[in-house]
Amino acid sequence: MRSFVALFRKELRSYFGSPLVYLVAAVFLAYAGYYFHSDLIYFITFGFGLNIMENFWQVLFVDIRLVLIFAIPLLTMRLLAEERRLGTLELLLTYPLRDGAIVAAKLGACLVVVATLLAGTVVYPVLVFRVEPFATGPLVAAYLGLFLFAGVCASYGLFISALTDSQVLAGFLTALPLLLLWLLSWNEAAAATGTLPLVRAISLFNHFQPFSVGVIDLRDVFYFVYATGFFVWATLRVLEARQWRGRR
Amino acid sequence: MIRCEQLTKYYGSVRAVGDVSFGVGTGEVAALLGPNGAGKSTVMRLLTGYVSPTAGRVLVGGVDVAEQPVTARRRIGYLPEQVSLYPELTVRRYLAFVGEVKGLPGRVRRRAMAEVIERCGLGEVADRHNGKLSKGYRQRVGLAQALLGDPAVLVLDEPTVGLDPVQAVEMRALLRTLSGRTVLLSTHNLVEASALCSRIIILSQGQLVAEDTAVALARRLEGAGRLLARVDGPPEAVAEALAALPGVVGVERGQPDGQAGVPFVVLAPDPEPVQRRLAGAVVAGGWTLLEVQVSPPTLEDLFVRLVGAGH
Repeated sequence: MRSFVALFRKELRSYFGSPLVYLVAAVFLAYAGYYFHSDLIYFITFGFGLNIMENFWQVLFVDIRLVLIFAIPLLTMRLLAEERRLGTLELLLTYPLRDGAIVAAKLGACLVVVATLLAGTVVYPVLVFRVEPFATGPLVAAYLGLFLFAGVCASYGLFISALTDSQVLAGFLTALPLLLLWLLSWNEAAAATGTLPLVRAISLFNHFQPFSVGVIDLRDVFYFVYATGFFVWATLRVLEARQWRGRR
Repeated sequence: MIRCEQLTKYYGSVRAVGDVSFGVGTGEVAALLGPNGAGKSTVMRLLTGYVSPTAGRVLVGGVDVAEQPVTARRRIGYLPEQVSLYPELTVRRYLAFVGEVKGLPGRVRRRAMAEVIERCGLGEVADRHNGKLSKGYRQRVGLAQALLGDPAVLVLDEPTVGLDPVQAVEMRALLRTLSGRTVLLSTHNLVEASALCSRIIILSQGQLVAEDTAVALARRLEGAGRLLARVDGPPEAVAEALAALPGVVGVERGQPDGQAGVPFVVLAPDPEPVQRRLAGAVVAGGWTLLEVQVSPPTLEDLFVRLVGAGH
């Protein structure tokens, strides 16, 4: 446990010790702030008197998720790719640590950073609440959904980062498929009737939708948890590949 | 303390190590000797649990490395061939991190760090970033992290490779201070292996070729003596005269290297008396002896002795 905590702390330190995190945070909060502003103006102009959860917060959370799709790959791309490039992975894998602890420490540190980014957006509901109080329960569900969604993106990013020693490649290969998975069911009318159920089942968007209106459906929770678990499992298999690849 | 039993490792269809068995006793310093590609690094990686064997097993202090990797790794300090350190950390912070990962509690860790910093001569650079260190210092930091936690076994993969001669001498001096621990180090330098280790395990093409004490191995090398001579005189006549000397089994003419005279390699099982006769013969021929020296046996000589010239 002490070994895990040591690695977790080192990961956090290297996140907060590098300018990248502050840059990502600045861009993330700038975009989120912009969406907050424009979605709020839109709601006040056209949706005043309507349900604020469905007509304002949902729109905002969908927009914030899109920003996360671009922010998370920047946070995950270095996790294992950098260790691989430097060659530090070999030593790390020979310390008294299980591979699982290494993966958990890296993913955990990344999720702490993501949670910090999301915490920065809590100021929006606080501001709105002061002007016009509203039921905050559904918002908790939306944040939970956002965090679970971030978990899938981060674990997928970690998996891609384990495959290559190029951070740039890891970043691209994380962002582009996530975007595709997001857009998959954006235009349901364009999907063939036969494939629509499948598209809905795997689309990140469809599983996030209920959260954003304040509904916690256990099937959606399981979808996100299983998807995260799957990528953690896949990352561990990549680390194990040293057994037959012969290189680090 | 270390026991390898019929170790075999395949990477895909390529066999890196085949049926290798050897042991290293507690407190013994042993060398794993062999040319590049002999399987030394693979054996080291099998020992540290970085990879698991396809067949056979490795026991460290009685613990099977593949079955209980975390327990076994607690007993091992490992210096990989390529020492890679986190460049953004200072030496001190890096060692603190390694100490934490190795599970050393606060006070013990601080004491252990102070000890390895002193032992490896890192005091001057302790607050410098790893990324700014010379190769020699990086190697010392690598050794320091291996020593942290006072592991019962040290596994050092080519600890002097890539160092300049001065750094290599310093590193060897540092390695000599490790006596009392169980050490397995790999090298392709026979002189280094004999100087540092009491026992030598020789690998070639993934297989164990010989395992013996350094002294016994030196005995086997008796007769592999060579003399390097530089003579100013007609090359054919000189070679003929040298070959005719008693005790000489062969003479090879070296390539002219721009210096005065012609270099010759004289193969003589017992080089000492031949050295005197050689000087006499050159003078008798009316030529000039510019240089003569006994050349220490090389790994190649040893390999020729042990496994034939095919290696």
